[in-house]
Amino acid sequence: MALSGLDIFKLLPKTNCGDCGVPTCMAFAMKLAQKRAELAACPHASPEAKAALGAASEPPIRLVTIGRAAPLQVGEETVLFRHEKTFLHRTGIAIQLRTSDGDEKNASKIAAVEGYGVERVGESLRADLFFVTHDAGGMDVLLGILERARKHSTRGIVIDCDREETVKPALELLKDDRPAVFLRRPVTDGLIGLAKTHGASLILTGASFAELGEQSERARAAGLGHLLLNLAADDLGAQLQNNTILRRSAIKAGTKPFGHPLVSVLEGGDDLDLAARASALVCKYSSIIVLPEFDKALLYALLTLRQNIYTDPQKPIQVDAKIYAIGDPTPESPVFITTNFSLTYFIVSGEIENSGTSAHLVVCDTEGQSVLTAWAGGKFVPDKIAKFIGDIKLAEQVKTRKIVIPGFVAQISGELEEKLPGWHVIVGCREAADLPAFVKSVNLV
Amino acid sequence: MTFQIPKETAPGKIVEVVIGATTDQGGTRSHTVTIGGSTGLPFHFFESRPARRPAVAMEVFDTPPARFPDSLREFFQDVLDTPGEMALRCVREFGAELISVRLEGTHPEKGDRSADEAAGVVRDVLSAVSVPVIVTGHSHFEKINDVMKKVCEAAAGENCLINYVETNNYKTIAAACMAYRHCLVAQSPIDVNMAKQLSILLSDMSFPPERIVMDPLTSALGYGLEYTYSIMERIRCDGLAGDRMLAFPMLISPGSECSSVKEARALEKDYPSWGSEARRGAYWELATAMALLVAGADLLILYHPRVVGEIKKKIQEMFTPKEPS
Repeated sequence: MALSGLDIFKLLPKTNCGDCGVPTCMAFAMKLAQKRAELAACPHASPEAKAALGAASEPPIRLVTIGRAAPLQVGEETVLFRHEKTFLHRTGIAIQLRTSDGDEKNASKIAAVEGYGVERVGESLRADLFFVTHDAGGMDVLLGILERARKHSTRGIVIDCDREETVKPALELLKDDRPAVFLRRPVTDGLIGLAKTHGASLILTGASFAELGEQSERARAAGLGHLLLNLAADDLGAQLQNNTILRRSAIKAGTKPFGHPLVSVLEGGDDLDLAARASALVCKYSSIIVLPEFDKALLYALLTLRQNIYTDPQKPIQVDAKIYAIGDPTPESPVFITTNFSLTYFIVSGEIENSGTSAHLVVCDTEGQSVLTAWAGGKFVPDKIAKFIGDIKLAEQVKTRKIVIPGFVAQISGELEEKLPGWHVIVGCREAADLPAFVKSVNLV
Repeated sequence: MTFQIPKETAPGKIVEVVIGATTDQGGTRSHTVTIGGSTGLPFHFFESRPARRPAVAMEVFDTPPARFPDSLREFFQDVLDTPGEMALRCVREFGAELISVRLEGTHPEKGDRSADEAAGVVRDVLSAVSVPVIVTGHSHFEKINDVMKKVCEAAAGENCLINYVETNNYKTIAAACMAYRHCLVAQSPIDVNMAKQLSILLSDMSFPPERIVMDPLTSALGYGLEYTYSIMERIRCDGLAGDRMLAFPMLISPGSECSSVKEARALEKDYPSWGSEARRGAYWELATAMALLVAGADLLILYHPRVVGEIKKKIQEMFTPKEPS
């Protein structure tokens, strides 16, 4: 089980050389104990220390990487709730390709997934993997699809096939691509050997906790650490229960065989059933979710949910500080000003849109703080706002000389007007929800 | 491998709240709906006793929303102006377990309908359907206080869920709920401490705890959902850990939040990477509702009929206790 900082300190060189990036061995030991550092960072660690710390310093959930050109990293999670600490590696979304679907459909799916990306809060959201299911045809059909996916896409590949004689040539074909193999039947020594030889990960499927744990122990004992787990269930309730028990065992009880990322393959069901299951599993611990089809609307919702759930709760997401066009503004359109906390921006821009008015929304850099917090912290104050308005040359871009500030900072209106000669400052409403009514009742231009 | 499931039990229990009243109980509902009662996190039946299942409500309007997405309009076009008929359709055709009547039209800037008119709308809905009723207001304190007083009186005995009060405006409506025997939603702005503070204020008024439902304030997917999600998990964890001022069932409103975002309306031809607008709105509402359901929601107000059907199926799956494999 876990060693204390002091236990670890005794095993370190105690030279305080700082080569690990931490000034003292004691401080490094404390970080190791909190699983915020890895022993590999210390170039002078003795073999004995490595052996003793190996098991204890392994993160509670192993990091697994799939793919080479655009690798997906999953695992290394340390908590059950995102309010305790950030969820680290986002759920990978895989799109299934089936040999039974024929070359044409698979080729168009590969092209569609590769060409797909959707922008949200300055990020391009994409699907991560192909999950290639060998459900019909000979070995050559499977190899044909793998070859196409490899050539025409940067996405990582999971091979859904557990016959050794087929897995072998498939892994040879993907030998530089760090693939994964999804096993529907219990793992064999042959498959463990193939995965080790070809640098592949294995996704183990278990019938029960005990049986899945045995498979995991067997692969780990054979020196294969790149494992993922799938404990399938009859319905969503059972699946959420399984995922929760596995994650809790790994993190809180230190059950090593379960210290691996979880995979959920969603097959069957209509579009809403898939959307519902995938949404719940993004929140509750699936590190890879396999969807049977490529549906842009569903992907957009899921990728947005993933972005939300995996956001660092300690660090507000920010939007770029600049002038945003809401609707189709002309130089005569009104000007609103707010902070760059993403939630503030989204709500304010949404309500301006709802008002039916086109406008310029000036978003100041407040390091991602909301209006009142930023004002209290001296980041949304007349000096800074006036300087920003000068920097972005607002006066050259609009004809109006009226600017609407949030009602919560009404007290800065006088001082802001002094700092912005020629501008008239209007105090807006306090709540964004009241913007549509406010826009109607006040002459803003 | 021998494996023991690591179980965690909590000392607390979420309050059970009964909404609606039958004829025996002084109302006219055919049945009541009970929410809450959990002794563990949602779907954690390997370590907690089965509780009441989350309930699904749909919403009707005194004044139809100005920007109601086309993907919803197709289900309601002919009844949007008649809340009673719309309520009946929600219950009979789409399986709503409760009806929320939204009185947005009483807002001074959105129609300024009178308190009497509002009470009339609530009465219409109460006579059109026999399920329990939620009455949903707005943020104009002075007006909503008048409206809710009238509504509480007009619906006396029906044990409606009056939605909502907040820290800066709770006394008048809470008093009316006590006088006419209704349940009450305590809304706080995505903040555990403010949620707790409002519960304390209500308890200082001797408001009965078994008639309080908390609203942590719903944010739509992509519009701050993660804040609502984590606040709900924290409230529920604290409630189960024994903080009685946080041990109330939670109400969320994915329908109204998601129907007003751009993603529910924008056309695929304008935003090709967003996919089909016919399905996107439903996915948006569904993803929001599912995330908040796993975070501990006990009562959901939804808009999309297909989402209502799917969420009810998923509640059935998630809240039926089962043996771990």
